[in-house]
Amino acid sequence: MSKEINLEEKFQARIDAGERIEPKDWMPAKYRKTHIRQISQHAHSEIVGMLPEGNWITRAPTLRRKVGLLAKVQDEAGHGLYLYSAAETLGISRDEMEIQLITGKAKYSSIFNYPTLSWADIGAIGWLVDGAAIINQVMLTRTSFGPYARAMVRICKEESFHQRQGYEIMLGLAQGTPEQKAMAQDALNRFWWPSLMMFGPKDEDSPNTEQSVKWKIKRKTNDELRQQFIDITIPQAEYLGLTVPDPELKWNEERGHYDFGEIDWDEFWQVVKGNGPCNKERIAARTKAREDGAWVRAAALAHAEKKEARKVEKKTAV
Amino acid sequence: MEYPIFEVFIRSKNGLEHRHVGSLHAADEEMALENARDVYTRRQEGVSIWVVESKHITASNPENAGELFEPAKDKVYRHPTFYELPIELKHI
Ligand SMILES: [Fe+2]
Ligand SMILES: [Fe+2]
Repeated sequence: MSKEINLEEKFQARIDAGERIEPKDWMPAKYRKTHIRQISQHAHSEIVGMLPEGNWITRAPTLRRKVGLLAKVQDEAGHGLYLYSAAETLGISRDEMEIQLITGKAKYSSIFNYPTLSWADIGAIGWLVDGAAIINQVMLTRTSFGPYARAMVRICKEESFHQRQGYEIMLGLAQGTPEQKAMAQDALNRFWWPSLMMFGPKDEDSPNTEQSVKWKIKRKTNDELRQQFIDITIPQAEYLGLTVPDPELKWNEERGHYDFGEIDWDEFWQVVKGNGPCNKERIAARTKAREDGAWVRAAALAHAEKKEARKVEKKTAV
Repeated sequence: MEYPIFEVFIRSKNGLEHRHVGSLHAADEEMALENARDVYTRRQEGVSIWVVESKHITASNPENAGELFEPAKDKVYRHPTFYELPIELKHI
């Protein structure tokens, strides 16, 4: 028992000194568990996030928009891979993580349970959803667990193109016909609040925050990150000539930040619990991909074995 | 039934060494190479790729870090500054 305590103190001292933790290092069981949960859920979000955007690839309005969106969605697949790999270093298998996703045991970002009803939604997602993700992910490049931090560095390098392509779509629509501008406004109306929810519950309702900050998994709280996002994003909305759907939003000179209205936390928890507009559809799509791909994976493995056997045969024949 | 894990190393340009960039699952080496190309070099990050199945890597244990790496600590005579030469001496 006392040996365990000693190890934990040493571990905390390493974290406090700004050292990175690597997979084979000793770590408290809870540190491992928290990371497996957080990194795998982050990975699931990247993968499920491809679905709402993939929905518009075949209907992108121009070839330019299509190649941009295609490249973005392809990046998200890569992000999923980087993160799954980081989680695997902690001793969970890819298969286990996939099963946790399709059985609903593991969550993913609730933003992806909203539908993409118009082309403007693709703009709003790139601008707001990737924008919110960037704020979170930039913080995570300095997280204490080495593989997670390295995955974040790689991801952040790729993200800024995502946000810019989204904003460019919004800009095109906002400067277009009145119908196009209305379409952009409608997308902003629907994605604004869910984007703010991406940062998670308020600090006072987020019991894990304290431990996460202590272990340097998080370096800022949910509310701090949310405020940062709002402060950055409002001038961008103004530039588009669009208004965010929050009558209480206004600049607070004294605080040096925007004040904003209350988030509908009931909606947030409903979506987290699986009752969002697209939860079932998303899980069904991931389950179908896993099942439909099973024979391909089996065939590839059988082929690899055969090839290997043939190599051995040749060698022994010589 | 899962594909084995491969570690991926990339040479970002000729003249530089291959560096570990991450890992992926693949049925065999060929698929690992193809996947590595798709995932890790989408923006011209490399001119050469190595893949090796993770199980073939033998790694040192962090618990042995002391006995492995500490002996080098007090061997200051392995560094040029250990040797005291007059300042006026040039090119040495
Ligand atoms: Fe991403
Ligand atoms: Fe992205």
